[in-house]
Amino acid sequence: MTEQINKTEDPGVIQEILDNNPELNAIGAYEYGWADPDSAGANAKRGVDEAVVADISGKKSEPEWMLKLRKKGLKYFERKPMPTWGPDLSDIDFDNIKYFVRSTEKQAQSWEDLPEDIRNTYERLGIPEAERERLVAGVAAQYESEVVYHQIREDLEAQGVIFMDTDTALKEHPEFFEEYFGSVIPVGDNKFAALNTAVWSGGSFVYVPKGVHVEIPLQAYFRINTENMGQFERTLIIADEDSYVHYIEGCTAPIYNTDSLHSAVVEIVVKKNARVRYTTIQNWSTNVYNLVTKRAVVDAGGTMEWIDGNIGSKVTMKYPAVYLTGEHAKGETLSVAFAGEGQHQDTGSKMVHMAPNTSSSIVSKSVARGGGRASYRGLVQVNAEAKNSANSVVCDALLVDTISKTDTYPYIDIREDDVTLGHEATVSKVSEEQLFYLMSRGLAEDEAMAMIVRGFIEPIARELPMEYALELNRLIELQMEGSVG
Amino acid sequence: MSTLEIKDLHVSIETDQGTKEILKGVSLTINSGEKHAIMGPNGSGKSTLASTIAGHPRYEVTSGTITLDGEDVLEMEVDERARAGLFLAMQYPVEVPGVTMTNFLRTAKTAIDGEAPKLRTWAKEVKGAMDQLKIDADFANRNVNEGFSGGEKKRVEILQLELFKPKFAVLDETDSGLDIDALRVVSEGVNRAHEANDMGTLLITHYTRILNYIKPDYVHVFVDGRVAEQGGPELADELEANGYDRFLSAAAQAS
Repeated sequence: MTEQINKTEDPGVIQEILDNNPELNAIGAYEYGWADPDSAGANAKRGVDEAVVADISGKKSEPEWMLKLRKKGLKYFERKPMPTWGPDLSDIDFDNIKYFVRSTEKQAQSWEDLPEDIRNTYERLGIPEAERERLVAGVAAQYESEVVYHQIREDLEAQGVIFMDTDTALKEHPEFFEEYFGSVIPVGDNKFAALNTAVWSGGSFVYVPKGVHVEIPLQAYFRINTENMGQFERTLIIADEDSYVHYIEGCTAPIYNTDSLHSAVVEIVVKKNARVRYTTIQNWSTNVYNLVTKRAVVDAGGTMEWIDGNIGSKVTMKYPAVYLTGEHAKGETLSVAFAGEGQHQDTGSKMVHMAPNTSSSIVSKSVARGGGRASYRGLVQVNAEAKNSANSVVCDALLVDTISKTDTYPYIDIREDDVTLGHEATVSKVSEEQLFYLMSRGLAEDEAMAMIVRGFIEPIARELPMEYALELNRLIELQMEGSVG
Repeated sequence: MSTLEIKDLHVSIETDQGTKEILKGVSLTINSGEKHAIMGPNGSGKSTLASTIAGHPRYEVTSGTITLDGEDVLEMEVDERARAGLFLAMQYPVEVPGVTMTNFLRTAKTAIDGEAPKLRTWAKEVKGAMDQLKIDADFANRNVNEGFSGGEKKRVEILQLELFKPKFAVLDETDSGLDIDALRVVSEGVNRAHEANDMGTLLITHYTRILNYIKPDYVHVFVDGRVAEQGGPELADELEANGYDRFLSAAAQAS
């Protein structure tokens, strides 16, 4: 039913958006590119130094140790060279970025309490609707630097589930932070994790108590509105023994002439026999540098699943990692990347086997078109003593035309003999025969192309909750429009 | 009443050895309700004719015309030809990974008709057509042609023929690789589509056995890119008895 509605209504809706936002025509079919009148962002300070860091910490009335950690992060950030082994980052102008923008003074408990422009933004993104329809068990909405709306279902709260923005959680549950903050991703892990540690703001904190299964996903939605804004949310998820939680994040930004930066850090602690699934559908506009560090440590018998969709951004560097520290721990990454014109998606995963009988798998699917570049970059490391461990990597790339690029950088570091490894990589082109077949059944060339691409990523789309799978399909249709020519 | 008219069609393909002319002046007229069989040895250009009618980009029409009720088919894109009422049941249907038959059939039906089929009747129609072609219900959830046997792929082509209701169907060696039961089931499907929609059919085959099930009104013998002889069903009987030798030696003499 839904698909039919999409078929008949989509072109009209898209045209309407294009009519109202003529600037969208210039960059293709990005749908979320409007900007709200920018009052808070306009006056925000550019550049980062110790004063900026102290100011952020002060505004949040943080404990002394956090300020110290921030300053340490700043030092690491300043000292570490720009990574040059991946995509071109030379255009990032750190002095031109606004590191902290406060959009509203108070966090809202209901959508009505939000300033109108911000509320309208989320209405247009469909977030309140998802909450009303009970598709999610909790919602966090971050606008600029801070979480502006937060809600969790009462029954979960009663079971002891904590889901709140990271700033508030630091105040209300400092014990978790003293123990876990920076424990999975240390302050000096990499240049951008260091920067995040220095200027982090917002993000989600999730704690799921022993044995509690959160059956409906928790959702966070990140929105950048200000031009040259840097968003540095910090997320910490702790799944206690035998628990389960699925956390979903979505991201969008307006289209500006100059670039913005999104540099998040996500730390996840999966305790014994717990399972965490973390789903991202990243659809930043194509002027956002998306440089994100995500990592989970998994104790014995636990499972970490990353489902990582990268559709938007100018450059994405993201390699969700799983450190398998306990026996029989499992890690899984399903990753799908779409690189259109002017985009470079450098994505993949890291699996580090640190205990016997651990297993991991990485499935990566990428699509490149319009001169875009999709790179798979992954690491599989098996430490000595991690006997009887197993890993498999499958990466498939689909090239829609002849001007796009795909490449693969699989790193393997094995220090134990008793392991099973599998690696498969394929690159395919949309075949003339497939196109001919579908077109001979009445599908126009771009519809046929979109159908082939959707089919290609279907193994990942089917792992998504229904509404996200539909969203992903729709994004791909938009991306494929005008792909023929 | 519709007419598909092919006039003096010349078609070339690019090969490693340069341009090669495959069709050397083919003329053929098919009206609604008629069944035409094209028979001929391997390499005579039968499948080239089928692919050219459907608009495969590998085949270049160097001269001649194809028209459907006067409309220039050669000017149409592949998808426009399908929407105009032409259907090609392919010799080697391709796999489309990740796309279910259900999704594919509905999307194609919507594209061909210009509107989505009514949900309730459509599901019934698909189910009924699948039953008649003895296609297992599981196939609805399988990906298009993925892992299908040769015979299953052919049944699915005829399923589409029945569901999409074209004005003219070209069947490109639909009988090859079918056992006798499958041949009968598939032929019955073609006959049903023929009856139900007053469809015109162009049946391309090596062998006469499918003609026991699908009775042609006209038979054309194809040799070396040309129609060497035309006649009624009796021509098929003659081919069955004597083979293509007579035509092959005639062609060899001519060239």
